[in-house]
Amino acid sequence: MRHAPLLVALLAVGSVAACSDKSDSSAGATGGPIAVKANDSACDVAKNALDAGTHVFQVSNSGSKVTEFYVYAAGDRVMGEIENITPGLSRELRVELPAGTYQTACKPGMIGNGIRADLTVSGSAAPLTEDVALQQATESYSRYITTQSEALVEKTTDFVTAVKGGDIEKSKQLFPIARTYYERIEPVAEIFGDLDPKIDGREDDATAELPFSGFHKLEKDLWVTKDISKDGPVADQLLTDVKEVVTKAKDEKLSPLQLANGAKELLDEVASSKITGEEDRYSHTDLWDFAANVDGSQAAVAALRPALEQRNPDLVKQIDTAFTAVDDELAKYRVGDGWKYQNELSQAQLKGLSDVINALAEPISKIAGVIAKK
Amino acid sequence: MSEKSLPRRRVIALAGAGVAGIAGAAGVGGALLRSSSTSEPAAVTSDAVTFFGRTQAGIVTPAQDRLHFVAFDVLTSDRARLVQLLKDWSAAAARMTAGKDAGEIGATAGILEAPPDDTGEAIGLPASGLTITVGFGPTLFRDATGKDRFGLAARKPAALADLPRFPGDTIDPAISGGDICVQACANDPQVAVHAIRNLARIGMGVVSVRWSQLGFGRTSSTSTAQATPRNLFGFKDGTANLKAEETDLLDQHLWVRAGDGPEWMTGGSYMVTRKIRMLIETWDRSPLGDQENIVGRTKGEGAPIGQSREFDEPDLTSTSIPTDAHVRLAHPTVNNGARLLRRGYNFVDGSDGLGRLNAGLFFIAYQRDPRTHFVPIQLNLARHDAMNEYLRHVSSGLFACPPGVSGPDDYWGRALFA
Repeated sequence: MRHAPLLVALLAVGSVAACSDKSDSSAGATGGPIAVKANDSACDVAKNALDAGTHVFQVSNSGSKVTEFYVYAAGDRVMGEIENITPGLSRELRVELPAGTYQTACKPGMIGNGIRADLTVSGSAAPLTEDVALQQATESYSRYITTQSEALVEKTTDFVTAVKGGDIEKSKQLFPIARTYYERIEPVAEIFGDLDPKIDGREDDATAELPFSGFHKLEKDLWVTKDISKDGPVADQLLTDVKEVVTKAKDEKLSPLQLANGAKELLDEVASSKITGEEDRYSHTDLWDFAANVDGSQAAVAALRPALEQRNPDLVKQIDTAFTAVDDELAKYRVGDGWKYQNELSQAQLKGLSDVINALAEPISKIAGVIAKK
Repeated sequence: MSEKSLPRRRVIALAGAGVAGIAGAAGVGGALLRSSSTSEPAAVTSDAVTFFGRTQAGIVTPAQDRLHFVAFDVLTSDRARLVQLLKDWSAAAARMTAGKDAGEIGATAGILEAPPDDTGEAIGLPASGLTITVGFGPTLFRDATGKDRFGLAARKPAALADLPRFPGDTIDPAISGGDICVQACANDPQVAVHAIRNLARIGMGVVSVRWSQLGFGRTSSTSTAQATPRNLFGFKDGTANLKAEETDLLDQHLWVRAGDGPEWMTGGSYMVTRKIRMLIETWDRSPLGDQENIVGRTKGEGAPIGQSREFDEPDLTSTSIPTDAHVRLAHPTVNNGARLLRRGYNFVDGSDGLGRLNAGLFFIAYQRDPRTHFVPIQLNLARHDAMNEYLRHVSSGLFACPPGVSGPDDYWGRALFA
């Protein structure tokens, strides 16, 4: 997660996360809460072996950086996550864990792979049937959509507030961060008719019925016209539209096939409009969108992972390698908690990014066919 | 689609129409083009050229009318993935040169959820004489930092030494070099583009397109059965080219022989590419007599100055052929007997923004050793050729083209990677 450090948000994201002051939050869990002591360089999880069932992790952050806590299944499939654990705060994550091997991770500064530890969950969980594996893909991805869309509302609210307050510099900082959450779940957002064009449409897509609005209208006014004094209604409408997308997205159950195509479409987005600088043509913050699209694609693939492992393990290996290559290439352009601007990259550097995206999109384009086969 | 079901693309297979080594090529030259007149294209230009053979097709194969050439960078550092790609490419090339879809399923026969294994633009088109020829560039063996990328450095032929910088060169590195090249030639431009596009698609993630070039008209004959075509200066080009029928000369000048270098190249040939921008607007303003003196041949017949027929030998002792005429400087007698098999194509890449066509010749030449053939000839031309005033060499490539793929179990470069 790549929030600017100045953003202190107390909202719990994650469908099974709860605030620590609720005394009954661990009710129904197997055993008591598992303490996680996080700081800027450590992530001490009190237990590394658990019985299958529902568990509560109590994460306290004694460091100086905002952190996050994840429980990953193989291939970084997110079983549960809490974002925005600010310094001094303690938060709970409730997560249901079937028998298997997992990893816990804290991400101080909300970047990188995090500080990892193995976690073994034992029990008599039967191996998934293929149908169950596919069914769980939908549920797994729903969890991801829920956490991301709540963060989206939160960050869009911050952005909109800054715009309405006339604070151009702060608005510019918040713009790519709010977009990050939108770009991660774009395959879902795009399902709902006119909402995506209203939120994310570009100037040349505008029509009499759908005038230029949303993120990119504000982007132009922030970076080009440098006048946001009349953008209050645009900002309000953006937040309204984002909230509507989020409400709808939470109810949306994407089929495994939709997930497979979503993973591919996110990379197509990267290839056709981010590398070229077409998406964020005024701010040149395309690499934030790039990273977010890749994150979203990876989340969709991770949800399908158990089913893919059963059907085509070689493809999973190829995809893992290709994701790593994308991460490595993208990491070259990290600046603090953000990225270089697209127009700061040379043609050769852009080609480097294009090559790793093509290399990833090729095996990912094969997922749908693998999933569809009976 | 299985091999047994009807191919989606129309396949007209002529028994015996194949380039199986040099002797076969000679036979095909006669069979494919009965007429020596370019105004009567032979119907059989739609036929398939056999992919498998001792030497690669697309070298002495009678030059087809269209070219799509591409140079790839290899992205992977995994030798096994590269080898697998060469196997996949060989299988796809065997299919496409036979007029079939690139993949076994085909453009439209697969499940609706998966992307097709052929892109489809060649549906309904015949094989169109398609040949696909592969070469390996110096950087495949060692990269710019000298690193032995795939454990092949010890097998790099001495003949694959980087070309020197020639006087007047204005080479753009972005459209030069490459780890692997693919030359697709066909009598239908869509078929040539289809071949390159599908190979690039199959190679996604393992290789990346570095640069590519379309050619719309051949500028050389590689068979005595073909009429000599013209380049964009309006002159016949390639009159004195090596031809498929000259088997002794091919052995002497074209094919790598056992003992020449590493064994894996025996039966192969070295390819030099030069993209040569031709400043046709200034050329077109020069008088006919000047043009003929620069070339050293008449514009109409193509005869050497002082002679009357195209294939008459130029009299280099005569002062009527200027000392800086192209025909004199390129002649084998002034280049230690060196002969090239040229296989170039005219190109027009749109316009240059200065009111001129971006036009020229994409020069391709095959030879047994560039150090004794292309390099001395080009040094001679670059220093003295009167034509240089109208030429700019903007791209350069050098590739080792291995011998042919012998059958379905073989693949491009198998001996190199063995």
